[in-house]
Amino acid sequence: MCGIAGYFGTPDTPVPAEALLKDMIGAVAHRGPDEHAVVVKPGVGFAHARLSIIDIAGGKQPMSNADDTVWLIFNGEIFNHIELRRTLEALGRRFRTRSDTEVILHLYEEKGLDCVDELNGDFSFAIFDSRRNRLMLARDRMGVRPLFYTGHKGCFYFASEVKALLKVPGVKAELDPYALDEIFTLWFPLSPRTAFRNVRELPPGHVLTATPAGQSVRPYWTLNFPDADGDGPLGGRGEADIAEELRALLFDASRIRLRSDVPVGAYLSGGLDSSIITAAVKQITPDALRTFSVTFESDEFDERDEQQEMVRALATRHEELASSLADIGRDFPAVIAHTETPLLRTGPAPLFALSGLVNRAGFKVVLTGEGADEVFAGYDIFKEAKLRRFCAAQPGSRLRTLLYRRLYPYLPQLQNQSQSSLAAFFSAGGASLDDPLYSHLPRFRTTAGTKLFLSRDMRDRLGDYDALAALRESLPADFSRWHPLSQTQYLESSYLLPGYILSSQGDRMSMAHSVEGRYPFLDHRLVEFAANIPPKMKIRALREKHILREAVRDLLPETIADRPKQPYRAPESQSFAGPQAPAYVGAQLGRAAIDENGYFDAGAVEKLLAKCRKRPRVGTRDNMALVGIVSTQLWHSEFVDGGRAQVGRDPSRAAA
Amino acid sequence: MQNDVTSEIREFVVDNFLFREDMDSVSDSESLLENGLMDSTGVLELVAFLESDIGIDIQDDEIVPDNFDSIEKISRYANAKLAKNNG
Repeated sequence: MCGIAGYFGTPDTPVPAEALLKDMIGAVAHRGPDEHAVVVKPGVGFAHARLSIIDIAGGKQPMSNADDTVWLIFNGEIFNHIELRRTLEALGRRFRTRSDTEVILHLYEEKGLDCVDELNGDFSFAIFDSRRNRLMLARDRMGVRPLFYTGHKGCFYFASEVKALLKVPGVKAELDPYALDEIFTLWFPLSPRTAFRNVRELPPGHVLTATPAGQSVRPYWTLNFPDADGDGPLGGRGEADIAEELRALLFDASRIRLRSDVPVGAYLSGGLDSSIITAAVKQITPDALRTFSVTFESDEFDERDEQQEMVRALATRHEELASSLADIGRDFPAVIAHTETPLLRTGPAPLFALSGLVNRAGFKVVLTGEGADEVFAGYDIFKEAKLRRFCAAQPGSRLRTLLYRRLYPYLPQLQNQSQSSLAAFFSAGGASLDDPLYSHLPRFRTTAGTKLFLSRDMRDRLGDYDALAALRESLPADFSRWHPLSQTQYLESSYLLPGYILSSQGDRMSMAHSVEGRYPFLDHRLVEFAANIPPKMKIRALREKHILREAVRDLLPETIADRPKQPYRAPESQSFAGPQAPAYVGAQLGRAAIDENGYFDAGAVEKLLAKCRKRPRVGTRDNMALVGIVSTQLWHSEFVDGGRAQVGRDPSRAAA
Repeated sequence: MQNDVTSEIREFVVDNFLFREDMDSVSDSESLLENGLMDSTGVLELVAFLESDIGIDIQDDEIVPDNFDSIEKISRYANAKLAKNNG
């Protein structure tokens, strides 16, 4: 795990190339505190910051092939590197190190750009092939590891994080208004767009090639589902049979993710998914496992009892990070400096502090249960969409709409609402069943309500831009042939997962403290297998992740195996408007700062802040709006106003 | 005969849902849900206000768009409840 940065072409900057590369890699030093190195060749420059995990002595980067014609910098892990090495050695390839890095180099020499097809891992890397004068960038299938690029004065620059690109003299941060519109509708910018107007990300599962003639980007992997009106590749197989194969894949995915020369810990949320991973690890290795979790003061968010139950059941050595409202408010500027994008939720903040705890405990690697909700249909939105379709089929039925209350047992706001107002909400103004976004329309509609706080200037610049139309247009051609559950899964797995969960809540929060997250549920073999499992085995009636529960039933205490989904959430408006609100809120949300940055309507922001200060419980829209406004203002002060060096000045570490 | 609470309700809606100055012109009959001023959880803020500040008891099955969707509907509902309580 590491950070990478580099360029292809000739930098037109006053600083020498080597100093430029050192500057760029210095900006992402948190990703790789163990070693820094740069290599400058004619027409190309590579920089690498290393977090040493595999072959600590031999895995130095940038790494070249035997005759120095091919160079590699690599962020991430190739989990099947041992198997790949065996295959490559059988072909006569001679290895100098034990590292997974060298495996990529040899594989590239054998297979060229198609080397990515063989890799099972979380990676972003750059390969310079001097014989072809070609740069190759690649990113893992699910989007675990980030990679950004931009062009400036005829030179192509890339890096693990945008902050490295901003070190290039002349590259300026400017908020992309369309990105802001998308964030205030979907929670994230639509890839390859980023919050920065002139910076693109390489989308998950894509390869970019650059030659002096230009660049091209192509997908090498896409998530696919079987047609709704067929049985799919698993047709005819029984549930027990499928569950058994699922279990074997999950165990193998976990086993290869334990490959490391440093100890591996695990996040334990108290929910089903992280419990399954922890239990699986327990079966694979006899060592006592170290586990880590977040706890909250409020029962609405806290899952401590569930965590403790798993700790007892699996006898792990456990540490907790208590997250208070004051902690979230205090950490938020640093969180935004790492996410590099405005947020509508505070969920990343406690995970930022948690990775600090893991780092202090001496760990560099944690396994987590992330991805199971997307891959096995665990989120409530899957049940919600199923129920809404069920109700829409018989609009007059009161009995059917009664079921809405069963959807979100943990949301007090929803439990208090009448059946008919729930029905009105979930019908989303009679959303068309044919709309490919049918499942997500209630959520998107509520979220887009936050746009009412945008300034007149922003609204004018956006014109009639429609983020939902842009999302619809980006869907694959086959989408319409899939089962509605598969469609919802695709929207979650290919958009929200890389766009928010794995980035803002995942990689950026763990790497902020030099901790690498590994996600067994996102092993592409498991993802591909799960996509072919019939929808009725994923959600049985209103029981989510049915097949997964069946596959691992014997591993978990019964109470955990049957626990309904409790999504991870953190306190929102009260972190910024409650009695312990951080001092910066007043200044950042004051008229002067709001008008100066120009994104929001100062009067509306003033009223919203006053409301949140007066009323601890505001609705979903207002919670998201306040977080969105605070984070956009912080984003501006960090990146446009030159930053306050939030990265590196770590409040959670100082407090501990 | 109790006081008409329409103006108090209007003030609450303006203070809590009409954030932008150029939106102060909401009419009494305009749908607050449809024009996006209020989301479904915002309805609960309104319920809390009517119970604590106006002093009426609201049953779950009364929380329907017909009672809460516009300033006019909310006022009609609240005034009727107050009349019933006093009568």
